[in-house]
Amino acid sequence: MFRNVAELVELAESKNVKIAEIMILQEMEFSGLSREQIIEKMDRNLTVMEQAVERGLKGVQSVTGLTGGDAVLLQNYIKSGKALAGNLLLDAVSKAVATNEVNAAMGMICATPTAGSAGVVPGTLFAVKEKLNPTRAEMIEFLFTSAAFGFVVANNASISGAAGGCQAEVGSASGMAAAAIVELAGGTPSQAAEAMAITLKNMLGLVCDPVAGLVEVPCVKRNAMGASNAITAADMALAGITSRIPCDEVIDAMYKIGLTMPVALRETAEGGLAATPTGRKLAKEIFGSYK
Amino acid sequence: MKYRSAFDIIGPVMIGPSSSHTAGAARIGRVARTLFGKQPKKAIISLYGSFAKTYRGHGTDVAVVGGILDFDTDDERIPSSLTIAEEAGMDVSFTIEDTVMDHPNTVKIRLFDEDKELELVGISIGGGTIEITELNTFKLKLSGENPAILVVHNDVFGIISSVSTVLANHEINIGHMEVSRKEKGQMALMVIEVDQKIQSDVMKEIEGLENVSQVIRMVE
Repeated sequence: MFRNVAELVELAESKNVKIAEIMILQEMEFSGLSREQIIEKMDRNLTVMEQAVERGLKGVQSVTGLTGGDAVLLQNYIKSGKALAGNLLLDAVSKAVATNEVNAAMGMICATPTAGSAGVVPGTLFAVKEKLNPTRAEMIEFLFTSAAFGFVVANNASISGAAGGCQAEVGSASGMAAAAIVELAGGTPSQAAEAMAITLKNMLGLVCDPVAGLVEVPCVKRNAMGASNAITAADMALAGITSRIPCDEVIDAMYKIGLTMPVALRETAEGGLAATPTGRKLAKEIFGSYK
Repeated sequence: MKYRSAFDIIGPVMIGPSSSHTAGAARIGRVARTLFGKQPKKAIISLYGSFAKTYRGHGTDVAVVGGILDFDTDDERIPSSLTIAEEAGMDVSFTIEDTVMDHPNTVKIRLFDEDKELELVGISIGGGTIEITELNTFKLKLSGENPAILVVHNDVFGIISSVSTVLANHEINIGHMEVSRKEKGQMALMVIEVDQKIQSDVMKEIEGLENVSQVIRMVE
């Protein structure tokens, strides 16, 4: 069993296998299920992600009306040919947004690692898919690679906004996605770890300050930027850039930052954007109309 | 290690928007339904803390009712559960409570029909994981971090050893165990936390023991 990223990379490199394979082997040992059963379970998660992206790209609205429709705006903008960023990057952003808009609209999603951060991993996967043309099996591996890195963060830091702020949710999701993109693109386990480190470093300190306490504002747009961060970091790692601070130390820093983060900035809707005049006004409008 | 499985990270599949306020709430509702054993005629749901404050935007209300209708966290009928309950002749009412509870995401569920009544208090601690803290005024305690089962049984001698023998035969190690009862010789509860997932055949074996009336999976 691996306890940190260094052990994960060492296991994969010494056995000369992908990180995804290490996660699958560990899951077999933990659950007692066969490889086929585990793959099938992840295949179902992948299908749910696929359907959520498709649904979001058609346009959805949340119960409160705070979010919805932005994925469609982005897709139309890409089609206009005027986009400044590359199409793959914006495609990932729109698909991450699509997933979180479906989540806010009470649609079916797969938590990766949480519902609030569910857009980043599928958003980036379905965007890089267009360029790398992976097989179904490779797409499932992408999710196991993400899981392996998320597993380390969950056990050594946190994946809960209430415990560690948004760095623990969208931050973790972005790091997981960056590492998985590297592996899918043919990078080494070390490069995947570098991508995770580079991503997380740029998510450190991100607070959880949802308007009215709902998983909508700013969650949907944070997923957008999380996806963009992941793709950029993956490209940096694939270009041969390394992080001066090792991945496990970045995760540890994230944990310590989470511990010292004020409660008002940890999913209580008492600080940050939730406490702005507009944030408070929206909360009053939403909850005021129910009673 | 708090998290053990790849599917704790990639999963669960659920109806949004919140793993704690929607998926967790549905799970608590479903535990109540499972313990009740059938669809109730009437449900009174009391919401506390953050559940009380944000239930509409998070769909906590429809999620709890979905759970009571035996829907899983990924059942697409959850958003329309209030209508489905009404059509099924289930009388549902909500009370929004001001009382400050130990945990911000607390719900009390009371289920009724002609010959039965059940009261359960549950909390949703994050990522869809739940704890049941009270059942028919029995106090329970579950960390929610390890797989756990609840055994409902008659309060007779030897029952604890019969249950633990089944677990031992399957090489399942007990990490924590609690036994509670209200009166000597009446209905009692065992909450057992173990180190690995308990497979369905083991659950069935325990359920088949004399004086055991029900075995329920509390935490996967």
